[in-house]
Amino acid sequence: MVALDVENLSKTFPRARPLFGAAPPGVRAVRPMSFDVEHGETLGIVGESGCGKSTLARMLVGLLAPSEGEIQIDGQSPGKGDPAEFGKLIQYVFQDPNSSLNPRKTIKQVMEAPLKHLYQMPSAQRDDRIREIFATVSLRESFLERYPHEFSGGQAQRIGIARALAADPRIIVLDEPVSALDVSVQAQVLNLLADLKTRLGLTYLFISHDLAVVEAVSDRVMVLYFGSVVEIGRADSIFAHPRHPYTKLLADSAPVVGRPLTAPEQKGTELPDPLDPPPGCAFAGRCPKATDICRTDEPELRDMGEDQRAACHHPIDP
Amino acid sequence: MNRFLKLLFRNRLAAMGFVVLGLILLAVILTPILPLQDPYTTELGARFKGPFEDGHILGTDHLGRDQLSRLLWGTQLSLMVGFAAALMAAAIGSTIGVIAGYFGGRVDNVIMRAVDIVMAFPYILLALAIVAALGPGLLNALIAIAAVNVPFFARNIRGIVVTLAGREFVDAARLSGMSNTRIIITEIVPNVLPVIVIAMSTTIGWMILETAGLSFLGLGSQPPQADLGSMLGEARAALITHPFTSVVPGVMIFLIVMSINLLGDGVRDALDPRLKSGALSRPLPVTTVKRDGPIPAETDDLLAVQDLHTQFHAGNRVFRAVGGVSLSVRPGECLGVIGESGSGKSVTALSITRLVASPPGIITGGAVRFQGRDMIGASYEDLRQIRGDKVAYIFQDPLSTLHPLYRIGEQLAEAIRVHHKVGKEDLRQRAIALLKDVRIPNAESRIDTYPHEMSGGMRQRVGIAMALANEPEVIIADEPTTALDVTVQAQILALLNDLRQEKGLAIVFITHDFGVVAQLCDRVAVMYAGRIVETGPTGQILDTPAHPYTKRLIACVPELGQGKRVLAAIPGLPPVVDDLPPGCAFAPRCDKAQPACSERDIPLAGQAPRAVRCIYPEEAV
Repeated sequence: MVALDVENLSKTFPRARPLFGAAPPGVRAVRPMSFDVEHGETLGIVGESGCGKSTLARMLVGLLAPSEGEIQIDGQSPGKGDPAEFGKLIQYVFQDPNSSLNPRKTIKQVMEAPLKHLYQMPSAQRDDRIREIFATVSLRESFLERYPHEFSGGQAQRIGIARALAADPRIIVLDEPVSALDVSVQAQVLNLLADLKTRLGLTYLFISHDLAVVEAVSDRVMVLYFGSVVEIGRADSIFAHPRHPYTKLLADSAPVVGRPLTAPEQKGTELPDPLDPPPGCAFAGRCPKATDICRTDEPELRDMGEDQRAACHHPIDP
Repeated sequence: MNRFLKLLFRNRLAAMGFVVLGLILLAVILTPILPLQDPYTTELGARFKGPFEDGHILGTDHLGRDQLSRLLWGTQLSLMVGFAAALMAAAIGSTIGVIAGYFGGRVDNVIMRAVDIVMAFPYILLALAIVAALGPGLLNALIAIAAVNVPFFARNIRGIVVTLAGREFVDAARLSGMSNTRIIITEIVPNVLPVIVIAMSTTIGWMILETAGLSFLGLGSQPPQADLGSMLGEARAALITHPFTSVVPGVMIFLIVMSINLLGDGVRDALDPRLKSGALSRPLPVTTVKRDGPIPAETDDLLAVQDLHTQFHAGNRVFRAVGGVSLSVRPGECLGVIGESGSGKSVTALSITRLVASPPGIITGGAVRFQGRDMIGASYEDLRQIRGDKVAYIFQDPLSTLHPLYRIGEQLAEAIRVHHKVGKEDLRQRAIALLKDVRIPNAESRIDTYPHEMSGGMRQRVGIAMALANEPEVIIADEPTTALDVTVQAQILALLNDLRQEKGLAIVFITHDFGVVAQLCDRVAVMYAGRIVETGPTGQILDTPAHPYTKRLIACVPELGQGKRVLAAIPGLPPVVDDLPPGCAFAPRCDKAQPACSERDIPLAGQAPRAVRCIYPEEAV
């Protein structure tokens, strides 16, 4: 069963109109993209800064109204950009656990908000539910009366996860949930997330720049570059057998114990300019296989063998 | 609250303001029950009496009314009006600011342009116009003063709210189903309240002065009722013949405004979160040194850290950030220092050239030797010669280490000029050559760009170029690639490796990433709670870690190519270094821990080149 179905979703941020003349074309942060996520699946989303992963995430949870396209969650389509309607279906865990908690509210007040405003739950019932959730994520009840600054990053992130669970969503978008944490704490949180998923039957969208972490937690992985999906495929094979040269570049760049240090890309290349996007494939300027067609025609996402799709005119042979 | 008062009274001027204002307030509160003469009884026979004449302590005015009584009643009125005006201006201005800042876009634009128009009028003219329209009277003066101060609050509060509204907890509140009104009231307002209070405390004196001004012009309080301004106004006619009548209300206005302003500034500083950690007391150019023990002897390493102890003293707590660390590097060698946050790796790096902020940092023991010379005992001048010339740093965030207002070429040139006398044209050529060294394309044109015009990877290359500017012998790189994307990280690491081979640089590379260490470093030191727990050649440590912490840290980091799996997490949290357990600091989290682990200090032992601080190591070394 499909938990999340995204059709032609895109976001263009308009740019200010100059005093004279027409408005310049907007910045296309997310170009039209379609994908779906099965129930109980974890879809990893990887990409570098500026690839549109945060814009995509904000649209999925309703914090940002899409320019075009449809989002269906469990067969329902919540209104355009209404977080309250999205909230019961899909929740968000933020990157920085400390800035996602209001410094002037106790943890109890934070935890109560979704129960009170999304479900209009009476006070006594709320207390029971919070106790239940805290037990699930193994947090002590004495934390409820404390303020956010009293917690370490790992504890604060657990509280962030608990808050997301309080809304009882089907899907949780995890936006770099462990990148602000220390490595020894990172593993605790990743294991907790895996455990919650099986126990509560959740579906995850796991956004990260760390390929190793994404590979460790995901069933499928979607690679974004410059606002577009360049490749999507099974987590266990996409980095080992990439079809898109960008996926290969990412996989080769990740520091791996036992691999000699070589820069996979010697040129001092930079990302394309979003204010002046190049025609054709956005990766052409950095791609060793680029030809003339890459600089004129934008490649479509197409099937490349089993469970793998890539948007490339000259895919790498498996 | 106690802490706030302590901070407040550490500022002597604020304390003085508090005392003066307190006395004035006390007098004003007691005014109704003090045995004062009636402030309105005129006695034309007793005009312009001097002080202490006929039982008038402060004399009488032009109608023979008792000055002391009029002063106290007038002060009461002035304070009340000023306070009410400040409250009104704060309430209205903050509401406008919160709405404009929270909703942004068109709402913000319309509101703020209207505020700009109001601000374009000279405020006293505007106040006069408002009073002229409403008619004279104290209430109308109050409204006028409040109105002209609304823009001040609106602009201040809007600025704060704009940043707050973009914070993640506001998004989280939206996802919790809260309405905009509720978010404003329960999420935004509690966070701007301190700012509103501070803004009020610094403007209330100003408002008292403005009300007095209007009354002085006869537009405020109407006779016989008098505030300080109208007392001054009435005394003006006799300014030359009987100056004392003007002096009395004048001095009172001075005292009130002065004490409120001093106290307001004190409140603002005391509420500033930066002050609480002592950051506003400007750190010294070098870390303070208080060494008791013997100074370790000279070695033949290029750079040697010997039994270094660095502490932070905050209040009564002593944080042992670095508790006896020894490291060394030879030319062309790369040493990795790996650890989690709070392990002391960055403090160790900063201690090398005594860059740890002091206060609160103090180096309490050990030595750092560069080419045999002890830098901990060196003078500031000697250290300055070495910093950036022989020993250079690369920091994590190139955006905050580059100055935003200078072109990168100027910053590179400055780094060279500080240490060497070079002509202007040579400097430019040298800067271009440096940018080429770090593989920045179009170095000739890039040299004239500002940091914000470059991507993160390019900025970090500039950071490296700056570190290379004086051909240092040692580079200390503190998490230089943590803030960068993986493809950029790979380029930067390859670049550092090339430079090390070309120029025979020694690198101390601080990181939390084993993958990076494995690719770049010859040797590695693993730190935990301010001490090295294991050290040795990188390959050996990664293949056969001896300390349980190293082993488990490696195990809990996922590595690309291993597929989906459960990670072996380490339970618990790293300890806080102000209250370390005796013995092994890792023992409370270690599954191999025995009672002996927590009994006494465990030495770093083993056969060179390896060493481990553990009595039950995973591997004998």
